[in-house]
Amino acid sequence: MAYLELDRVAKQFGAQTVVDDFSLAVGKGEFISFLGPSGCGKTTTLQMIAGFLDPTRGVIRLEGKDLTAIHPARRGLGIVFQSYALFPHMTAAENVAFGLEMRKVARAERSERVRAALAMVGLAGYEDRHPRRMSGGQQQRVALARALVIKPSVLLLDEPLSNLDAKLREEMQIELRQIQRTIDTTTILVTHDQNEAMSLSDRIVVMSQGRIEQIATPQETYERPASAFVSQFLGKTNDFAATIDRTSAPARLVAGSWSAPAPAGLSGPVTVSIRPERIGFADAGLTAKIVTRIFQGNHWLFQCESECGPAIVIRQNDGQSQPVEGEAVRLAWRPEDMSVRGASA
Amino acid sequence: MSTAAEERSARAPWVLTAPALMLFVGVLLIPLAMTVMLSFHDWGQYKGIEPVFILKNWREIATDPYYAEMFGRTFRIAILTTLLTAVLGAPEAYILNRMSGRWKSFFLLIILGPLLISVVARTLGWALLFGGNNGLVNKLLMSFGLIRSPIPFMFTETGMVVALAHVMMPFMVLSVWAALQRLDPQIENAALSLGARPMTIVRRIIMPQIMPGVLSGAIIVFSLSASAFATPAIIGGRRLKVAATLAYDEFLNTLDWPLGAAVATLLLAALVLIVVGSNALIERRYAEVFR
Repeated sequence: MAYLELDRVAKQFGAQTVVDDFSLAVGKGEFISFLGPSGCGKTTTLQMIAGFLDPTRGVIRLEGKDLTAIHPARRGLGIVFQSYALFPHMTAAENVAFGLEMRKVARAERSERVRAALAMVGLAGYEDRHPRRMSGGQQQRVALARALVIKPSVLLLDEPLSNLDAKLREEMQIELRQIQRTIDTTTILVTHDQNEAMSLSDRIVVMSQGRIEQIATPQETYERPASAFVSQFLGKTNDFAATIDRTSAPARLVAGSWSAPAPAGLSGPVTVSIRPERIGFADAGLTAKIVTRIFQGNHWLFQCESECGPAIVIRQNDGQSQPVEGEAVRLAWRPEDMSVRGASA
Repeated sequence: MSTAAEERSARAPWVLTAPALMLFVGVLLIPLAMTVMLSFHDWGQYKGIEPVFILKNWREIATDPYYAEMFGRTFRIAILTTLLTAVLGAPEAYILNRMSGRWKSFFLLIILGPLLISVVARTLGWALLFGGNNGLVNKLLMSFGLIRSPIPFMFTETGMVVALAHVMMPFMVLSVWAALQRLDPQIENAALSLGARPMTIVRRIIMPQIMPGVLSGAIIVFSLSASAFATPAIIGGRRLKVAATLAYDEFLNTLDWPLGAAVATLLLAALVLIVVGSNALIERRYAEVFR
């Protein structure tokens, strides 16, 4: 049975539906990311789990018990906020101790656990600092220690890394993942950063306009996007209009001068979508002209104008000579590297 | 060349602030210095003001218990008014801050109301509510059997405190409100998620953070109440004087300007000491919150 379960959860503000028909089963110890652009309802869903908002419809269960019936102060969830929401008038140790104090943990045990929690996030020796005297990354760690010290049944992270600079964010991602593995806490991360979601999570829930677009592992969402939205949102992608040609036998999928055996069960106009790094320059295939060529260290980025519209191609910088700007090329890819969607998608 | 430019740029701030500075010196510093000097002059019923240096006025204030009573009353009223505005104003600001947009601006206007009404109308309005046996509030309280005889309002310290607290409330509410604006909007949720109950959140998380706002509001209310003139003059009349009305009477009724000047100077000095002192205390105590 699922550890944390959301069953057809919906939230409306007046006439506006912010989250609709959200169903998800989270296993114990799993790391799940809610990924989507701002306004997609991911934070609202997190706040419903936390209890700051009540769902309009649907049930949230934790270990089979209805979570919505429990007061937010009694849910025992650890939350790290985007702004960290540390208590500025308390020291780091007092901040971390607050949750234990509310649980009436004895003083000796409390200080021991606070010290251990701060040491775990790499802040040993910072016990008596006030939050405003700490850097963003350090505040972030205090917030994490404060959420983890109460041994939460679920750890909720609301865009916790978005206020950090790029280098620090990368470091914190690795550290976050290590801490989460060590203590094996079920974790839900809300983020709009696809790299963050992909590098941290076991599974990603891609959301758009209050609805779930896809629930899958990072690799699967990237390679087998369930919708046009998912393929556009996770990394760069090329969408080409194509048709299924049934006049030849067997039927063929045709995009410009490129064609391949048609997949079963599709007909009429379709959209094929291919990641830029899966397209290669070949002797036959889509005819195109290179518009710009950008060198990016370990890879080359080509922007092409093809017979099916603009296309992006990424090639590893493996020492081979690459086509130059203005050169006519043919683009080709393996049929298994593309995903094909019906025209409606 | 460069030194000339430097000199010019060093002079620029002085030149630019000169008009305001001159106005400030002309209408504030010079009269203030003259008032202080005046307090050391002599005065007699028939000889008028004599520009000599004597300590007569200051000795009179220091020895005559009449003046001690005046200043005692002034600061008693100011302290009670400050406490009343803090006790009522801080929760008021908290509630106001949690209201939604339209109600918030409506109630903000109501809170600012006292400042928009003439002091005479406002104070006499209170007098109508409480005044004698026919006052509305007194009648109501008596009909409920809560009090036997009407609460005296006119010519009492109670009346002064109530009327002053009413007009000072906006300063306290706005000051606390400003402190509330600095609060992290998620801070209550953070405390909630850690298991704190609403009362605990207010006591342990909200109160310590808005305390600087309450205290700076208290400084404003205290200094304005201690130097208030119109409200105490209308409610206290000639019977119940405070430092400000006392100085006024010495100047305009007794015509003993030097003594009035001494009273005014003492009030000013005491207020400056209290305000500067408590401000320094607050800044040290709440260094972490102010940072």
